[in-house]
Amino acid sequence: MLLTATLSPTVSVAADAKATHAEPPKIDVSHVNFYYGAHRVLHDISLQIQPNQVTAFIGPSGCGKSTFLRSLNRMNDIVPGARVEGRVLVDGADIYAPSVDVVALRRKVGMVFQKSNPFPKSIFENVAYGLRINRMTGSKDELRGRVEASLKSAALWDEVKDRLHASALALSGGQQQRLCIARALAIEPEILLMDEPASALDPIATQRIEELIYQLKSRYTIVIVTHNMQQAARVSDTTAFFWLGKLVEYGRTDRIFTAPTEKLTEDYVTGRFG
Amino acid sequence: MRKDLGFRLGTGVFGLFLILIVAAIGFELTRQSMLSIQKFGLAFWTNATWDPVAGEFGALPFIWGTLYSSVLALLIATPIAIGIAVFITELCPQVLRQPLVFLTELLAAIPSIVYGLWGIFVLVPIVRALQVALPDALRGLPLFSGPPLGVGMLSATLILAVMVVPFTSSVAREVLKSVPVAQREAAYALGATRFEAISAALFYARTGIVGAVMLGFGRALGETMAVTMVIGNNPQVSASLFAPQYTMAAVLANEFTEAADELYLHALIEIGLVLFIITLIVNSLSRVLIWSMSRSAKAVPSTAVQPVAAEA
Repeated sequence: MLLTATLSPTVSVAADAKATHAEPPKIDVSHVNFYYGAHRVLHDISLQIQPNQVTAFIGPSGCGKSTFLRSLNRMNDIVPGARVEGRVLVDGADIYAPSVDVVALRRKVGMVFQKSNPFPKSIFENVAYGLRINRMTGSKDELRGRVEASLKSAALWDEVKDRLHASALALSGGQQQRLCIARALAIEPEILLMDEPASALDPIATQRIEELIYQLKSRYTIVIVTHNMQQAARVSDTTAFFWLGKLVEYGRTDRIFTAPTEKLTEDYVTGRFG
Repeated sequence: MRKDLGFRLGTGVFGLFLILIVAAIGFELTRQSMLSIQKFGLAFWTNATWDPVAGEFGALPFIWGTLYSSVLALLIATPIAIGIAVFITELCPQVLRQPLVFLTELLAAIPSIVYGLWGIFVLVPIVRALQVALPDALRGLPLFSGPPLGVGMLSATLILAVMVVPFTSSVAREVLKSVPVAQREAAYALGATRFEAISAALFYARTGIVGAVMLGFGRALGETMAVTMVIGNNPQVSASLFAPQYTMAAVLANEFTEAADELYLHALIEIGLVLFIITLIVNSLSRVLIWSMSRSAKAVPSTAVQPVAAEA
């Protein structure tokens, strides 16, 4: 509690995020508060996320980073009692406006979850699911082509091309997670939200996911939540540090990890707590 | 270690008990129906005549009545029960949830004789009125033929459906509740509508849903009192929904006390044996169905869809 008094959130955000990027932000969040019932989970979060960058959200468990991530594609809508205040713009449009089509929003802002959650169907059908429900492909050939392209984008094609119709549940944990990434990529989102995508994986599978993130960033805007600071340092361009539901510091990853302006950030990234 | 052994032996004995009870029931039913088995053989299953005065006994009308009424009841009850389960778990406002759960459980707790009385005084007149109001063109069809009695297959089917719904929907509700949130989230994150996300949850839970339906089927097969009161108790094989028919459980309940000679008694007990065997078969089939479904989730058989040729 002593530390909260010294916070001046988002001050440093404008400083380096805006200076380095001339493009308009892909995601523009201002003064977001989030509540589960009466419990306030996020306090006045404002930040901007640039296109074709990897942005990492770090912070100790329960700091609100996942909740914040899930408010970017309105995934929290399905949680009873959840309520958002403030404004979230994606490409300049308010995603919480009453007229917004949530289905279209989630198609544009894809998501990969902490625990891989393939459907109990074949590998092919998992990737085809989003294409089918969104009626995105005309012919069977087109569908197959899109599934293949997505699996290639997720660096899974070579491992599964001979068993596309085997159950997705027969894949290893790392493969399942890449399948979930392929599934998310299939519907061609512009933004990919990843909620601790490697936290349940072994180091080798984790490395593959990280390489994949690096490859994908030229085509997608990626936001990744991680409790693993080394991972954030490895994969991201900008990093946001959350603590107790507040955004403590946000800026270029190298600066956050080498010269944070906030004492709290420094304590966290150097492993003094968390 | 020794304690553990005692525990294993103890629970093992109870497990063994289960097998023994089933075997004992089968044995006893067979022993007590020996006269009938020796006299009629397998023809007992296919003979449509039930004439205690002439001493001729065939189980076909009862087998037919039981299966026909149960299957029809299942066709009506399953969509309703799944609809209730989906509504309670996925759609209904929080404040309504507990009352609805309580009400479905209350429905399951109503004694079957009360359902039967309701059937006689409410359902049967409605069915009779419905049949009277039926256009002549339809009345010619085998499905709707017969005099407007009210009691008959349709009344039994409807009452069975009402009785089966709470069981199926309770189990389906539990099964749906156990679907991981991550499954629904995966669907929503891919741009699924609520309907599509619920469909994904139902697909995930499909083996459990089948289990719920089969539980309802088992309940319908064995239901005695309410059916006896409204089905009309006439041993005939008829496709008509309005024809009075008979079920295995109903004939046992009705005629057991009247079975004057030994062959009659043995024939009735053989009907019990037939019901026992059919229940066993239905349960085994549902096991196999569930087993094959969960197996195919692990290894989806390859279909005609082939991967596109790999790029050079």
